[in-house]
Amino acid sequence: MRNINVEIIKFLVLALLVLLLPAVVHEGYLLNVLVFVGIHSILALALNLLLGYAGQISLGHAGFFGLGAYISGILTATYSFNPWLAMLISASVVTLLAFAVGFPILKLKGHYLAMATLGLGIIIYIVFNEAVDYTGGPSGLSGIPNLSIGAYSFDSDIRNYYLIWTFALVAIGLSLNLVHSRIGRALRAIHDSEVAARVIGVNARLLKVQIFALSAGLSAVAGSLYAHTMTFVAPASFGFNFSVELVTMVIIGWLASIYGSLLGAALLTILPELLRAFQDYDIIVYGLLLILMTMFLPGGLAKGFPQAAAYLRTKFGRGPASDA
Amino acid sequence: MDLSDQIAQYLVSGLSTGAIYALIGIGFAIIYNSTEIINFAQGELVMLGGMFALFFLNFLHLPLPVAVILAVASTTAVGVLFERLTIRPLKSATPLSLIIITIGGSILIRGIAMLVWGKDTHAIPSFSGTEPILIGTATILPQHLWIFALTVLAIAMNKLFFNYTITGKAMRACAVNKRAAGLVGIDVRKMVLFSFAISASLGSLAGIIVAPLTMTSYDVGIMLGLKGFCAAIIGGLSAGVGTVLGGLLLGVLESLGAGLISSGYKDAIAFIILLLILFIRPQGLFGKAQTERV
Amino acid sequence: MKRFLSTVCITVSAVLCASLSIAAPATIKIGALFSVTGPPSFLGEPERNSAKMVVDEINAKGGIKGKKLELIVYDTTGDATKAVQAANRLIKEDKVVAIIGPSTTGESMAVLPVAEKEQIPLISCAAGSKITDPLKRWVFKTAQNDGLAVAKIYEHLNRKKISKVAIITVSDGFGSSGREQLKANAAKFGIQIVEDSTYSPKDTDMTAQLTKIRASQAQAIICWGTNPGPAVIAKNVKQLGIKLPLFMSHGVSSKKFIELAGDAAEGIILPSGRVIVSDVLPPSDKQKKSLMAFVKDYKNHYKAEGDHFGGHAWDAVMLLKSAIERGGETPSQIRDQLERTGNFAGIGGIFNYSTSDHAGLNKDAFVLVEIKNRDWALVK
Repeated sequence: MRNINVEIIKFLVLALLVLLLPAVVHEGYLLNVLVFVGIHSILALALNLLLGYAGQISLGHAGFFGLGAYISGILTATYSFNPWLAMLISASVVTLLAFAVGFPILKLKGHYLAMATLGLGIIIYIVFNEAVDYTGGPSGLSGIPNLSIGAYSFDSDIRNYYLIWTFALVAIGLSLNLVHSRIGRALRAIHDSEVAARVIGVNARLLKVQIFALSAGLSAVAGSLYAHTMTFVAPASFGFNFSVELVTMVIIGWLASIYGSLLGAALLTILPELLRAFQDYDIIVYGLLLILMTMFLPGGLAKGFPQAAAYLRTKFGRGPASDA
Repeated sequence: MDLSDQIAQYLVSGLSTGAIYALIGIGFAIIYNSTEIINFAQGELVMLGGMFALFFLNFLHLPLPVAVILAVASTTAVGVLFERLTIRPLKSATPLSLIIITIGGSILIRGIAMLVWGKDTHAIPSFSGTEPILIGTATILPQHLWIFALTVLAIAMNKLFFNYTITGKAMRACAVNKRAAGLVGIDVRKMVLFSFAISASLGSLAGIIVAPLTMTSYDVGIMLGLKGFCAAIIGGLSAGVGTVLGGLLLGVLESLGAGLISSGYKDAIAFIILLLILFIRPQGLFGKAQTERV
Repeated sequence: MKRFLSTVCITVSAVLCASLSIAAPATIKIGALFSVTGPPSFLGEPERNSAKMVVDEINAKGGIKGKKLELIVYDTTGDATKAVQAANRLIKEDKVVAIIGPSTTGESMAVLPVAEKEQIPLISCAAGSKITDPLKRWVFKTAQNDGLAVAKIYEHLNRKKISKVAIITVSDGFGSSGREQLKANAAKFGIQIVEDSTYSPKDTDMTAQLTKIRASQAQAIICWGTNPGPAVIAKNVKQLGIKLPLFMSHGVSSKKFIELAGDAAEGIILPSGRVIVSDVLPPSDKQKKSLMAFVKDYKNHYKAEGDHFGGHAWDAVMLLKSAIERGGETPSQIRDQLERTGNFAGIGGIFNYSTSDHAGLNKDAFVLVEIKNRDWALVK
């Protein structure tokens, strides 16, 4: 019971932080970055459910994100659907699609699963590029409307900030609920040993596919939000590189940590801004970070801070340790 | 010109592209078989081969055979360095962390290559001229013959090495059971290093011999690496005939797809077939069934 | 632990703040969005180099009306998301008065709503005609429309009485825009496209597509792409022994293409900006002075050949300079002055912006050149 209370308090603190942050950063560039942090947080969270909790890798999640964005974009820009309806349709379509391909794909493991999801992502990416009549091809699709409620249109950074973070908070709340439920425990059982999970009566195969579909659907929602915030989509945003970036967010945060995903998403969204100082060298710094993080912080940042603090404590005997 | 002549050209073109995929795929397979690592940086080693050859040929003006040998040696050194600095010190070598670390490595190598050689594309002269050779009604270039010859040679050498030398046999033992291999006195870590060296040299060789046909730049490794990976998976990750057949099949499918169905979707066709193969025969078209993969 | 976290936070925000140096009153801030890295770096790198070069020169000569120019360049890597983030940063944080770029049509379309909403003039360096058609109040462009290049080729085909062509285009922004224009303009010139094929930017062999073209009724081949694809195609055409005339786009109008394609480049005809033939232009040519200056400066600065992609950025900076000189200080004054630009002889052509035209060029912006003896020759 106490654990649940702690979880609720943590969640409320986060919600309060989200609510008050704009008062500190004001309307400006940072707010715009925070909008993208929100979208990336939903994506990292979605992937973490699959990767961190169920232990199944996906190198094709940018494809689901893109499908969500494109379906929403095409329905509204070309066929004048209501954006909210378009979002609902795109999320449903992607969830169903992922559910269908989930059965054969999740039979695979490890590197084979990585290759299959990677292939799926590439196929989706090629369709974005080649179906020019629908997607606008490599030059992208423009004229996507903002989301709106009545006459209130989400057309500024501050409005989008609250819109997207509302979605992010709901996603976090649902995920927390999920991982603390029976399903969450079953997932972790699969992660540790699928055979053992089966033995104790977990329908491992169905559960994996369901989580895969949920994760893809959530990514599609993020895609819809992205499309209606940017009012423009182009294939280059949904390539293999972005799938890798998503996996990195989850790993840097901490596998199987909801708040870790937020941290990873925030870091990887803000990182390129910091790396601008390195100009052309940023790709090298990024590659090095990936390697060094995996080598020295296998637990990710969420775990890494206490580790680093502990290291400093033993090294200096005092200092940061006192208030840790 | 009738359809059969067209198809003859598609097949010849497909086979010559496929031979390149095969050579790259074998590099993947060798590392996988002795370490269970899929080295996502393999494509970058292919790129490095071409770039080093360019450097030795065009900037130091060395003769071709010397340049090729030096380029292979340099790339092999990079491969060995990569293994020593990142893979070996790794404490928790889960498949996930290995995937991430090799992807990180590929980004790093690509970035360094971009800074060293710039973003331009570069050409390397053909090994023996550009006069087309007629095969029936289809044509290929002398460079394609080099590719075929080197692919055959590489497979033969591999076969000999893994079947008839102590080191080769030791590496196979590691693939079967690392612990047991260690117990009978095989230095497992040395074998892992060997496998990186061999696959780096094969990868660079592939990069060097395709460069005269395809040009080379810092970012050619991504797509070539993916295609090679595909070839290896279709072939069941065997370091021999399976992967070669996988590569040839992939090349021919791409070429036929581009010619007969749609040039825009030809890569998609190749990947759809890859997915189908994974769904139906996860052990690869030419691999033996192995329960742990499903 | 808390102190550790707060230290991290402070460091992060310090780095963020450090990059937004406080504006000295005597500078004019111009933002630039170029894909310096990523797949379109063939555009972004010369553009950044040219923009930096010309801004340095203007400053060395005392700036504009006593004020120095400050150029802030962000790399967009060809990704629309990054372009939009960077545009927001330029406008809201760096407080620039105008933005140059982005390099590609896709990124420009993504950034354009931001410029419109924040009311900052944007001079795109991308070619897509949809950037300024329909007209947007705050958006201009310097790159020639792809349609103009297509018209040049089709006029030539009409003169040669060729009516059936095969096209092979790269499936990225550059190629798909070319493909769209090739198809849209065909009927107007009485041209029939009998074979329409594409290839991926990283493809290494196009013999399959060309074999299909060889079997078709085509009397000429038009290839639309940027290095290295077209060089591979030129070599493949030679390998297959195809004797049809081969046309390329302005995407390969640099010496690099001739170097890559080697002997296979001989006889290829392509539309190009005047920059590659600046030395053989007659002295009466209005652009000659700008072109020679650009080519010489670029060579001095970067030990490389200046191409017309860099020229787009050169034009954009010079257009801005002239707008500011004529009395543009605030973003909206600059916009108004830009719109009054007339008879401006730049690298891409003679610019004439107006209230109904923000692209400003006509098809004379291109010349047709043929590759002869590894060099360019004007086609009459």
